[in-house]
Amino acid sequence: MFNLARIRGGIHPAGHKDRSAALPIGTLALPPRLYLPLRQHAGAEAMPLVKVGDRVLKGQLIASSPSEMSAPIHAPSSGTVVEIGPVLAPHPSGLMVNGIVLECDGEDRWIELEAPANPFDESPLLLAERVAQAGIVGMGGAIFPAAVKLKQGTRHEIKTVLVNGSECEPYLTCDDRIMRERAEAIVDGARLIQHILRAYRVVIGIEDNKPEALAAMRAASEPYGAIEVEAVPALYPMGSAKQLIQAVTGREVPAEARSTSVGALVHNVGTVYAIQQALRYGRPLISRVVSVAGSCVGNPRNLEVLIGTPAQALFDACGGFSQEPAGLLLGGPMMGVNLPSLQAPVIKGATGLLALARHELRDDQASPCIRCASCVDACPMGLLPLEMAARARVDDLDGANDYGLRDCILCGCCSYVCPSHIPLVQYFQYAMGQQDERRQGARKTDYIKQLTEARAERLAQEEVAKAAAKAAKAAAKARPTTAAAASEVES
Amino acid sequence: MEYLLFLIGTVLVNNVVLVRFLGLCPFMGVSSKLDPSIGMGVATTLVMTLGGISSWLLEHYVLLPLNIGFLRILAYIVVIAAMVQFIEMVIRKVSPPLYRALGIYLPLITTNCAVLGVPLISVREGHSLVQAGLFGFGSALGFTLIMVIFAGLRERLALANVPAAFSGPPIAFVTAGLLALAFMGFGGLI
Amino acid sequence: MLMATLALATLGLILGGGLGVAARKFAVTDENPLIKEIEALMPGSQCGQCGFPGCSAAASALVEGSAEVTCCPPGGVGLAEKLAALLGVTLDAGQMSAPLLARIDAAQCTGCTRCYRACPTDAIVGANGQIHSVLANACTGCGKCLAACPEDCIAMAVQQPTLDTWRWAKPQAA
Repeated sequence: MFNLARIRGGIHPAGHKDRSAALPIGTLALPPRLYLPLRQHAGAEAMPLVKVGDRVLKGQLIASSPSEMSAPIHAPSSGTVVEIGPVLAPHPSGLMVNGIVLECDGEDRWIELEAPANPFDESPLLLAERVAQAGIVGMGGAIFPAAVKLKQGTRHEIKTVLVNGSECEPYLTCDDRIMRERAEAIVDGARLIQHILRAYRVVIGIEDNKPEALAAMRAASEPYGAIEVEAVPALYPMGSAKQLIQAVTGREVPAEARSTSVGALVHNVGTVYAIQQALRYGRPLISRVVSVAGSCVGNPRNLEVLIGTPAQALFDACGGFSQEPAGLLLGGPMMGVNLPSLQAPVIKGATGLLALARHELRDDQASPCIRCASCVDACPMGLLPLEMAARARVDDLDGANDYGLRDCILCGCCSYVCPSHIPLVQYFQYAMGQQDERRQGARKTDYIKQLTEARAERLAQEEVAKAAAKAAKAAAKARPTTAAAASEVES
Repeated sequence: MEYLLFLIGTVLVNNVVLVRFLGLCPFMGVSSKLDPSIGMGVATTLVMTLGGISSWLLEHYVLLPLNIGFLRILAYIVVIAAMVQFIEMVIRKVSPPLYRALGIYLPLITTNCAVLGVPLISVREGHSLVQAGLFGFGSALGFTLIMVIFAGLRERLALANVPAAFSGPPIAFVTAGLLALAFMGFGGLI
Repeated sequence: MLMATLALATLGLILGGGLGVAARKFAVTDENPLIKEIEALMPGSQCGQCGFPGCSAAASALVEGSAEVTCCPPGGVGLAEKLAALLGVTLDAGQMSAPLLARIDAAQCTGCTRCYRACPTDAIVGANGQIHSVLANACTGCGKCLAACPEDCIAMAVQQPTLDTWRWAKPQAA
């Protein structure tokens, strides 16, 4: 398929990828302490299985998932649990979350890994379960539990599995480097996913600004007919699942629907690599490749780091700051969030750590909307950002929904192109947050209503039971007297 | 054809709100959202048409024969108020959904000066029964049209970045003035 | 003069009589359906934080206009908005106070079970002699446990933000 379907809108931000893409993936010295938030994924918080003072081995399960929409956490290195309590979350709120602090003993001793048999002989459901146990989540930043996606194969017909190597965010090169250096493993992982989902076709989509990665992946997938490597045009947000599906399969995911509705599923290359490691070698997800970049970083490069490593250690390993950064970001510059502190740890969904200078950050001085409709042209979802933002600004959430707020992917193209520097995507984040709050409130109201009704029913039952007991008691009391009376008569 | 021209004349050229300046209270009060303004318009249309006819009957069969034309305003108010009450009761019984939609607006209409003003003008102009009914209906149609246009404008206005000193009623009045100017353009239509 | 008085009086009598007859004929028996609709929206825990004896009393007060749409803290902004839309009033969301939740000081709790028997939503769990604790997702902040606690070890506090309740702020720009 050479004539790829064009996606709507999109922008061409400057890549800034050359510096970090040039160097091979480096490793980091073992940090003294690892900070592991119990929630590094979408869904419920994991439950700790260890106590303070416990000695754990690398790869040991230390927190299990309470439900399917969650992910367990494994010890990234061997050492001692020194604290179970609040740790700083790598989240713009700067809030503390429950987590486990692990003091490394420096031995980095692996737990005995179960060497699985040939995964192609196993049933898909079992393999998906193994992925779940390995704690793998979407590593492109979505942090959605990967196993949940793999289990979609039983519910929907998945025709195409897309391996997302487009990496459209500027500065980030971690996927690029993984594809160059670990192409064989990714292709193997892609075949495993195809086996699990029983998909007909696997397409590895890579933006055409990464010729080395394209060549490496093409070479690695050569022996397997079902795997295609497709060069997609370099355009932000090509890495978004819905856009990649449209570009590769030509099918547009309908409004307010999921990828599965067009028979496609997208996995990031990092996730595919993690899945391959889990299924082939039984290795849980305890490390990931992170791009450390931005003009304030001395030597930008990619590092393979243990989950829980503080951000400071990564910047130090890359030559520290060449100048005082004006902004620290977790993730890419388009969709990334402010890093609250250098002490915040790397989590499973951390694609990059950026230290940006003032000129790389957006100008916050907003002017009135001039209705130029640049944002409409840029919106990859075909929405009207200016109308949605106008409604979000006056808290007209229903009005914003009518203009398709639910379909907004928060890619930030609108804010990027706005000549008035209106923080459009920030308005959408605000509006979505408010909507979540309403939903949570409604859910709580319903729950309280249920509880109240249940309680009323229970109290009524207790009342009935009490009355019955009273009656029984009264009857019991009455009986001896009649018996006595009877005996009196007898005598 | 004559009646059509008559209708256009009442709806556009001599618009009850923007040219005669009657019914300004609901025009400013109930026009911040589109849905209520449509409800108000429909309710007013119902009342004004019937009011036009009933006041013509009252005029020609009660007031003029008895020679008590000076009681016109008083008598009209009584008749229209009673009629609104009656309509409200009937709607409530017959069609609860319509009652819910119009419910709050019906009592408001009782005190609406347009509802009283239109029959008074109609008498002054010496309309026939058909003309009186048509005049009531046309005026109400004009009222509804203005309500809908103005509510639409105000919905857009709510999104606009209005300077603090102008936000709320001031900017609404400015808009109303501009709208009135626009309607002056219909002046030479017939 | 006499003519005018008579005519108007007759007119009044006829119309009044007609309305009277109509009122009988078109009498609607059920109460305002709006009250029922509003009551269905309310949490129904009869917590009394609105100042009315229960949710149905609050619903009638809302319809009559003697209660604010923001009167129900457990319902939150979502409920206030729905009420405002139903009643056709404008909502000043700034008036909403953040919901308070009960918190038990574990050091002082003797496990007397009085608080959880008082709780209208079963939001307090515990057993005799065990320290009780409050389920945040079921607590309405009604304060009934506060009155029931003999040790004064329950306090009402604004819920600390978590990653689930943290929201992006509205951009300050124009």
